[in-house]
Amino acid sequence: MNSFLIKAEHIGLQINQRQILDNISLTINPGEILTLIGPNGSGKTSLVRVLLGLLETKQGSLQKKDQLVIGYMPQKFHIDAVLPMSVLRFLQMGNKLTPDEIQTTASSLGIASLLAQPVQSVSGGEFQRVLLTRALLRKPDLLVLDEPAQGVDINGQQQLYQLISKIRDDYGCGVLMVSHDLHLVMEATDQVLCLNTHICCTGHPEAVSKHPEYLKLFGSSLDGMAVYTHNHDHSHDFAADSDVPNCSSCEKNPLQKAHDHDHG
Amino acid sequence: MIMDEFIWRALLAGMLVVIVSGPLGCVVVWRRMSYFGDALAHAALLGTAMALMFDMKPLIGVIIIGGLISYLLMSLQRKKDLSSDAILGILSHGALASGLVMMAVMQSQGERIDLMAYLFGDILSVSWQYIIWLAIACVVVLAFVVRLWESILSIAVHEELARSEGVAVDRVRLVFMLLMAVLVAVAMKIVGIILITALLIIPAASARRFASSPERMAVLAVVFGLFSVVMGMFASMQWDTPAGPSIVLSAVLLFFASRLKPVI
Repeated sequence: MNSFLIKAEHIGLQINQRQILDNISLTINPGEILTLIGPNGSGKTSLVRVLLGLLETKQGSLQKKDQLVIGYMPQKFHIDAVLPMSVLRFLQMGNKLTPDEIQTTASSLGIASLLAQPVQSVSGGEFQRVLLTRALLRKPDLLVLDEPAQGVDINGQQQLYQLISKIRDDYGCGVLMVSHDLHLVMEATDQVLCLNTHICCTGHPEAVSKHPEYLKLFGSSLDGMAVYTHNHDHSHDFAADSDVPNCSSCEKNPLQKAHDHDHG
Repeated sequence: MIMDEFIWRALLAGMLVVIVSGPLGCVVVWRRMSYFGDALAHAALLGTAMALMFDMKPLIGVIIIGGLISYLLMSLQRKKDLSSDAILGILSHGALASGLVMMAVMQSQGERIDLMAYLFGDILSVSWQYIIWLAIACVVVLAFVVRLWESILSIAVHEELARSEGVAVDRVRLVFMLLMAVLVAVAMKIVGIILITALLIIPAASARRFASSPERMAVLAVVFGLFSVVMGMFASMQWDTPAGPSIVLSAVLLFFASRLKPVI
């Protein structure tokens, strides 16, 4: 049975003699949400680009379901003000849908009132929903979301992740999501893959959040912390967590503090 | 005097060019390619010199050298150790310098070349035969632009998103560069290589404030271009100013007039 959407085996990627990805294997199944987490520079976006076919690599193999339709939501991007474009026109790109059909999907994501506005005038959180709508309009088998909660405040983030899991339920599509905060996506994800060039650990979110490799990357003091009360008196130094097992490849860049998510 | 046939020919030639430079110019402005337009224009001088040397049609020489410059640009950009800006500066001025050197060599060999006509255009000398060629070139370029419009627009918004949605980005970019080369080749006679980019950018920039969609901006850029040609030709007749620069100057005046319109 090959019911998978994407199956990657032993993917590696080298750019300018630097190993960006090393021996990554993963499978995304229909209706499953897989979240990639990892510190900045851990290769999350590169892995997404390889899976999307935007970046080519000679190492490893990549299988996709026949006629796989992917709805891709790139990291937040900027549309120059010199390009006059309404939200509706933006959503009409890449598909042949009528305004009515677009209206329906836009309503279900709560952005119907924005359709006539210039795409540059919507807020960060609204634009993320616009991007999500555009990805959904393609009726994808697989949604690929690169940092979907970027630029969204913390309440909005939770809503967005709830929305993503609802979309999975409604559309039955697989979801590959990139995030750097496991605790926020925990409820919305079935499987987590913790990445730092190689796969540090993988599994159910609860299991990953207790995994020593994960704790080493993100600091044990994060464990059990409530989302809204993020104390800043803890240390992010890897070396402080000397009781966790060693993982040489995680520590190749000790200056790069893994705990670099945004507290804004 | 206004009834002289050569004036009608000049007007017609100018109008044909701006009908194509309007939409192409919008894309140039959206994708920040104005420096590329310059590089192509400069390459056109080299292309013309080559054509003279090998006894070919100037149009063929311009398209060959324009294609070569586009190819060099794409392959140098792939290395990513120099910005597009710097690469274009090198190619653009390299092409201009070699064009000027080659023209001088041809002149010293007894070829009669009116360098000023190439640099600043010679719209008043266009023949009916030239206009027929111009019309054919314009129809072909416009047909391609209309056919590829959605793809061109997708790429202007976000290249990777377009690629992930199945747009043949590299092919569309290559075709677009060739279309630009054709336009430069035919517009050289109208405003000269020094001012071709002006004809691309200025009407598009003037159209921005009046446009609510990309398509409207393209159409309005044509309208601004047509007015510029008529005004410039009129000024040229009235005050005996050089035609090409007068057309560009009219476009500049219209641009500043367009700024009087308040932003919505």
